[in-house]
Amino acid sequence: MKPQFATDYPALDAKFDKGDRVRVRKTAPLGHIRTPFYIRGHVGEIERYCGAFPNPEELAQRRDGLPAQPLYRVRFKQKEVWPDYKGPASDVLEIEIFQHWLEKA
Amino acid sequence: MKDQGTYQPYSYYQLMETSLRELLVEKGIVTDDAVNAEVTAMRGRQPERGSKAVARAWVDDAFRQRLLKNGTAACEELGLEIPALKLVVVENTPQVHNAIVCTLCSCYPRVLLGIPPDWYKSRNYRSRMVREPRAVLAEFGLKIADAVQIRVHDSTADMRYMVLPMRPKGTEDWDEARLAAIVSRDSMIGVAIPKVG
Repeated sequence: MKPQFATDYPALDAKFDKGDRVRVRKTAPLGHIRTPFYIRGHVGEIERYCGAFPNPEELAQRRDGLPAQPLYRVRFKQKEVWPDYKGPASDVLEIEIFQHWLEKA
Repeated sequence: MKDQGTYQPYSYYQLMETSLRELLVEKGIVTDDAVNAEVTAMRGRQPERGSKAVARAWVDDAFRQRLLKNGTAACEELGLEIPALKLVVVENTPQVHNAIVCTLCSCYPRVLLGIPPDWYKSRNYRSRMVREPRAVLAEFGLKIADAVQIRVHDSTADMRYMVLPMRPKGTEDWDEARLAAIVSRDSMIGVAIPKVG
């Protein structure tokens, strides 16, 4: 799948395609993590492949973050994220998530 | 950095910022002039830069498509240099309303829209916008019909977001400058919609 923004870092291959169902890993490592707690463990759908970017968890430790991690926008249904969500079933939430936080659902 | 008129002791973060800045200057890593120039440039950037891109998209459909495909490249066409910013533009339609938040911190397209409003960085907005967006939008005076899907974008990594609002009815014969004047900062965050009059 073509990224929206091409980068020239040495990068890992993108494993997911638009429309793939993915689950966010439910884990709580220490450090600088860009995956919000509230979305861990939830299932969504790949909305787009943004491009490959240095891993922020590594950058925060003053390492180079390479190879770059593919970054996706993942779309979640609000009713699945918050069972008591007040609003129509069509409402969604979109979040950028790095590939190493995603597994096939 | 704030001039408060009367003496007040530094807060924890002010003290940390001043100490760090003075150390960097002392060690010759940055200069006072460079810091002042950056602060001045940051304060000089206003949301009108984004309004200009929105107004162009309203009058020029080919530009609108380029803006949605690659916001960074399209803004550069207008002379809006936004180096290193990966700008994703999300489009409001009669079926979809978009809104932007950063739950982790305060990610915001600063080089395009300037300094974010204080409420954007508040815990209240950041925690509730992903949880009950319709209630939050209602507090901004924006009631979205249930038939319209709300897409909340949590800006967590390398992308920055801007909403392309819908062009209001009654503006068919307006020129670009007049259109840009009704595109508010809040409408590009998605907590308002442009209105005529």
